[in-house]
Amino acid sequence: MAAEIRGSAAAVGLGLSGIGERPGFTHLDLLGEAVAAALDDCGLALADIDGLFTANMVNILPTLTVAEYLGIRPAVAVGTNTGGNSFVDHLLWAALALDAGLCKVALICYGSNARSGPPAGAPDQPPYEARYRPREPISSYALAAARHMHQYGTSREQLAAVAVSARCWAQLNPVAVAREPLTVEEVLASRMISDPLSVLDCCLVTDGAGAVVLVAAERARDFPQRPVYLLGCATAQSHRQIGQMPDLTVTPAAESGRRAYDMARVAPGEIDVLQLYDAFTINVVLFLEDLGFCAKGEGGSLAATDAIRPGGRLPVNTNGGGLACVHPGMYGIFATIEAVEQLRGGAGARQVAGAELALVHGNGGLLSCQTTAILGTASTL
Amino acid sequence: MSETGSRGPGQVFADFLGLGEVRLQVCRGCGRQIFYPRVLCPGCGGRDLNWQPISGKGTVYSTTTVRQRPERGGDYNVAIVELAEGARLMSRIEGIDPSAVRIGMQVAAAIADSDEGPLLVFRPAEAAAD
Repeated sequence: MAAEIRGSAAAVGLGLSGIGERPGFTHLDLLGEAVAAALDDCGLALADIDGLFTANMVNILPTLTVAEYLGIRPAVAVGTNTGGNSFVDHLLWAALALDAGLCKVALICYGSNARSGPPAGAPDQPPYEARYRPREPISSYALAAARHMHQYGTSREQLAAVAVSARCWAQLNPVAVAREPLTVEEVLASRMISDPLSVLDCCLVTDGAGAVVLVAAERARDFPQRPVYLLGCATAQSHRQIGQMPDLTVTPAAESGRRAYDMARVAPGEIDVLQLYDAFTINVVLFLEDLGFCAKGEGGSLAATDAIRPGGRLPVNTNGGGLACVHPGMYGIFATIEAVEQLRGGAGARQVAGAELALVHGNGGLLSCQTTAILGTASTL
Repeated sequence: MSETGSRGPGQVFADFLGLGEVRLQVCRGCGRQIFYPRVLCPGCGGRDLNWQPISGKGTVYSTTTVRQRPERGGDYNVAIVELAEGARLMSRIEGIDPSAVRIGMQVAAAIADSDEGPLLVFRPAEAAAD
């Protein structure tokens, strides 16, 4: 079964909007601009969209709200929300819907005004944990980081190196929000939020919107941009609240990665560029391990080398990631867009030369739900 | 069958806490200690759950200090505790400076007052024995 999904759908349109701060615009306004940009990118019209895949942290009926705003009446509408990985997960359902002929043009989209909009509430805090007042989501990731440090000797300096690497990449990306140089010492000296994570171990809080248009592979060459194919995609989950996570040092990425590699018939060593959902510095360490780029416990050492930085052998978060480019609450769409940009070859100063295979990894909840997608150029089909 | 009667499992847990007792469900089918309270065993699906007192012994599995300005009440601890019988849960280690809590530390259950009623917390095992 898995082999049938490999290469069956391709991303042909990309759009971004509102990266940074865009006061006066609602999350739907920003989403609308990103969708318009994605349609311009591929030469399609709103009326062509018959598959909608969207989620956000504001609307409990997201596909209805978004479709109404856009003025579309999609035949397929999927609003699965497992947190920031949702949009990476949507790639799989979009590919299946396209392959089954349920829709012809699939739109994955998201918009948020987390920076300039009204403060978001926290409507769904797990009651048995909320009474201890963890500062979520930071405290849950802090608990995972503390356990990883205890078990494997991972250091705050190694975590800080992840934030520094993100800034190095962001300096090559004109749309990235945090482009000032950053040192490990500055991360260590920044205000502690929930030990061992300081404010510079945490992602940005920005506005931002993104959109990706996908079509069936057989149509993919009819569009202006170089198509980027979905080779594998898998999601795994293990818990909702952090106290229920079986092992705080092993995320469901170990499972999502294995299934995505199997579907794509690709091994970690073949990947040219990685987009790893970096809501916090510890995420990159965990995902490098769980996705097979180093052994369990060695993610801190790997992240502290130049390997993940510009010019390194394992380029990670080439747009600057959630730590330095954009993070409006849910980052998965931006990781996906950057992977497609890299495989198109149009990423400018941050382009990874000759990139043919990209891994996009989305994280949702409190390390709860993980989606791994493998994307490739036509040469990888 | 379930011993919760007309009270839901969350209510029963809170009822015991109010009486100064910490009880958790233990599955009669597979022996698993269950947290948080629910109507079936997440290990085996069993419905026959028995409210048993916990030993009160636990180990700090992970810990963080949530930083907060002194005028708002100051820093406080949030920890994940693994109970001797197996269940793991979020709680708070009291009776010790929050930053002095260590992973692997032996702790003992206690019931604290909170704005929302009795709350299961833990204290360093030695201190709790005093």
